[in-house]
Amino acid sequence: MWVLLGIAVIVAGFVLRFNPLLVILASAVVTGIAAGLDPVAILAAFGKAFNEARYVSIIWIVLPVVGLLEAHGLQERARGLIGRMRGATVGRFLTGYLLVRQGLAAVGLTSVAGHAQTVRPLVAPIAEAAAERQAGDLDDGEREKVKAMAAATDNVGLFFGEDIFLAIGSILLIKGLLEQYGILLEPLQLSVWAIPTAIAAFLIHGFRLWRLDRRLNRADRP
Amino acid sequence: MITLHWVYALAGAIFAAFALLGVADKSNPRARRTAAFWALLALSMWAGDALGDLGNGVLVLGLVALAASGLGRGSGAVAEAERQERAGRFGNGLFVIALVIPVTALVGTLLFKEMPGWIDGKQATLIALALGVLIALVAGCLWLRALPVVPLQQGRRLMDQVGWAAILPQMLASLGAVFALAGVGDAVGGLVSQAIPQGSLLGAVIAYGLGMAIFTIVMGNAFAAFPVMTAAIGVPLLIRTYHGDPAIVCAIGMLAGFCGTLLTPMAANFNLVPAALLELKDKHGVIRQQVGTALPLLAVNIALIYWLAFP
Repeated sequence: MWVLLGIAVIVAGFVLRFNPLLVILASAVVTGIAAGLDPVAILAAFGKAFNEARYVSIIWIVLPVVGLLEAHGLQERARGLIGRMRGATVGRFLTGYLLVRQGLAAVGLTSVAGHAQTVRPLVAPIAEAAAERQAGDLDDGEREKVKAMAAATDNVGLFFGEDIFLAIGSILLIKGLLEQYGILLEPLQLSVWAIPTAIAAFLIHGFRLWRLDRRLNRADRP
Repeated sequence: MITLHWVYALAGAIFAAFALLGVADKSNPRARRTAAFWALLALSMWAGDALGDLGNGVLVLGLVALAASGLGRGSGAVAEAERQERAGRFGNGLFVIALVIPVTALVGTLLFKEMPGWIDGKQATLIALALGVLIALVAGCLWLRALPVVPLQQGRRLMDQVGWAAILPQMLASLGAVFALAGVGDAVGGLVSQAIPQGSLLGAVIAYGLGMAIFTIVMGNAFAAFPVMTAAIGVPLLIRTYHGDPAIVCAIGMLAGFCGTLLTPMAANFNLVPAALLELKDKHGVIRQQVGTALPLLAVNIALIYWLAFP
C-alpha cells in the first residue's frame, strides 16, 4: 500500500505548483523506495524508460518548419483568407476540423494532425481570425478561449476517433488483457463499440462549438 | 533499412542546433542554461542507447536540475508589419508548405508499409513525419529564399516558448514505467474493489466508468488505468457476475478513461504542451475548455455501458 505515496507526491506537487519535472522525479523516488528498490536501481529504471520513450519527444522537429512559415506570414495569411470567406465562423470551422480529425484517426492516421503539426500553424490562427470577425474585437480572455478551444477540438477528435481503428494501441491492449482472462475477441468486435461514443462526442462538442458561435455573434451587438 | 534511429539522429541534430543558436542568443537572460538543456536532449537522441540505463538516469537528473533552476526565453520574432507584407507577397503557397508535413505523413504511412526491406513498417508514421519535415524545410527555404539558419533560429524561438514542458510527456511515460515496476496499479485495484457497493448493477457500472476516469486523471493515461479497473471491477463484477458483454464493457470503459485524459494536467502532451505552444497565459486553459465536453461524455459512456452491455 505504501507505493501509493508516489501518487500522493504527484498530486501534492501539482497542487503546490512545484516544477512538474521535479515532482515526477520525486514521485518516482518515493514509489521506488516504498517498493524496496535502492536509489541507484530507481534511477536506472527511470533512465531506461526515459530512453525507450524518446519517440514521444520527436514531434518537436516540426518547429523549424512552423517557425519558418510563421516568420513569412502564415498566420497573417490564414487570417486574410478566412476574413474573405462569407459564412466562415469559428464554430463551423472547428466542427469541420473535428469531423476530419475523427475521420482520419478512425482510419489509423493519428499523427497526421496534432498540436505542433496543424493546430499551432493553421487551426488556431484560422479560428482566431474567424472569431475576430464575428465578435468585431476580441478581448484577451476571449482570444485565449478560442485558441484553447482549437487545441481542445483536436484532442476530442483524436481521442474519440482513434478507437474505431482496429490496430490502435488501446484496442490491442483490451484484446491482450481480456485474453489473460480467457476471453477471446477480435479487434473488430471491440472497435465497432467505439462508434456510439464517437457520435456522442461529435454531437456534444459540436453543440458547444455552436454555442461559442452564438456567444461571439451576440458580442457584436450591444 | 531506415529505422526510428534515423529519426532520432535528425531530432538530435535539430536539438543541437537549438543549443548552438541558444548559447549565442543575447536576448535570453539565461542563454547558457537553456542551451545546456537542449544540448542534453540532443545527447539523449544521439547517444541514448550507448549511455546505459544509469547513464540515462543521470542525464535525466541533469535535465531536471536545469529545468528546476529556471530556463530562459529568447526572442527574435519577425515584426508584425513585416509578416503582413510577406503574407501578401507569398500568398497561399505558405499553406502548401504547411500541408507538406501532414500529407507526407499520410502518404508515407500507407506507402512505407509496402516497402518492408527499406523502411521499418512499425514506425512508418514517425519516419514519414520526419521525411515531411525535411521536404518542407528544403522546399520552404528555396521558395522563400531563406537561409537554412532562419528555420532553425525561428524553431529555437518557439522551442524556448515551450521550455521544459517539452519533455514533460516523456518524463510522465517514464514515471509510468516505475509505477508499473512498483505495482502501483495492483494497490489501487485493491482499494477500489473494496469501495464499490454490493448487489447493484448500476452502482458497479458507475464505479467502473468513474473509476476509469478518476484513475486516468491521477495517472494521466487511460492505458495505465484500464488493466487496474478491469481487474478490480470489469471482469469480476460486470462480466462474470452480471454477464455483461466483454467487448462493450471494455471498449466503452476505455473511452470513459479518455474522458479523464481530457481533464488532467498529467496528460501533458495533450493538455499542457498545446497551452505552451499556443502561448496561452493560463497553463490549464485547454483543460478548462475540455471540461464541458468531457463530463457529459463521461455520463454518456456510463449510460451506454449500462444500456448496451446488459441486454
